[in-house]
Amino acid sequence: MRTEDLIKALDADAGKKAMPMGKAWWLAAGVAVAIAAAVFFTTIGPRPDIMPAMHTMRFMSKFVFTLVLAASAFALIRVLSMPGASTRRAMASMVAAPLLVVLAVVLELFAIPQAEWGKRLVGSNMMICMTFIPLIGVGPLAVFLGMLRYGAPTRPVLAGAAAGLLAGGLAATFYAAHCFDDSPLFVATWYTIAIAFLTLLGAIGGRLFVRW
Amino acid sequence: MTGKDEAELSGLLRAAIAGDERAYADFLHRIAALVRGFVRRKIVQGGVDPEDVVQETLLAIHVKRHTWRPDAPVLPWVYAIARFKLIDAFRRRGRRIEVEIDEIAETFAEPETETVSERDINRALEGLPPTQRSVVSSISVEGHSIGETAAKLGVSETAVRVSLHRGLAAIAKRFGRQ
Repeated sequence: MRTEDLIKALDADAGKKAMPMGKAWWLAAGVAVAIAAAVFFTTIGPRPDIMPAMHTMRFMSKFVFTLVLAASAFALIRVLSMPGASTRRAMASMVAAPLLVVLAVVLELFAIPQAEWGKRLVGSNMMICMTFIPLIGVGPLAVFLGMLRYGAPTRPVLAGAAAGLLAGGLAATFYAAHCFDDSPLFVATWYTIAIAFLTLLGAIGGRLFVRW
Repeated sequence: MTGKDEAELSGLLRAAIAGDERAYADFLHRIAALVRGFVRRKIVQGGVDPEDVVQETLLAIHVKRHTWRPDAPVLPWVYAIARFKLIDAFRRRGRRIEVEIDEIAETFAEPETETVSERDINRALEGLPPTQRSVVSSISVEGHSIGETAAKLGVSETAVRVSLHRGLAAIAKRFGRQ
């Protein structure tokens, strides 16, 4: 087939319209939140003392970390799914969440006596944390990988990793409402491991499924 | 790759997305020429046929045109896709080298098929279900309109449009999967 002939076929197919990426990403985000919420509320659900807990800084700080991570990963995955879009600013914003966590860890180390550090880090929920963050996040991850297939990421592995971070940030936001371990030491350790697992899963998914 | 090119091409694609078919054909012709120049410069050794990469890029641009933001410049988008498809073609060639020995052996065994000039897209076209294949080749190779194709095959124009759309999407997907 000559290229001229191919252009005739493409031109004849010009009428078919697909949803623009920007809008499609918001739709995907809505679906992902709904899936995560469904899994969360049908399994572990929020902790019973959530109302008083909301008045404590440590409890609320967890949502700052996870929401900042989710927001920056959302911005990154959007640009990674569109060829030629500049990723520099979105990449730079990815340091925000880790920086906030590091800052909170330093403050925590000053705030509590050294004898308490180990206890706070180990907490009481690490197995639940490392089980449920991936469990809540795996559905959203599938949605985001599907969106990457709909898009055109020229770096599929990196885009898949961003999908994992986004799913991780979203899942950790829900999980944080369940967990009694509010210390930044706990969050910095176990949340990170759970989110890293989803990120790895996302990168593998990007490598295997995001072809176009 | 001048500012004038950029403005004209993004204007054409915007018009095409708004439904101007003439603008779309114009856009694709000019993009084909640019991409051809780009891949010919990049492919210095044999093995990868530049025209295959041009065709794969055009198909990807077509099926992924929703990934262009109408307020963004169009050329960085086009070249990012072309570069991706070029790397893909190199990667595929590396992988195919072992397979090719068998193919050559088969060609020697069956000299009749040897005369067919092979383009990657022809192979992809042959892999389509019969209806999609006849619709795509009627409109492309034979140069018929949607209406003529519908009359020739005895189906509705809507059915022709659907088969064309699915056929092109399937060809593009096949290139991605290889």
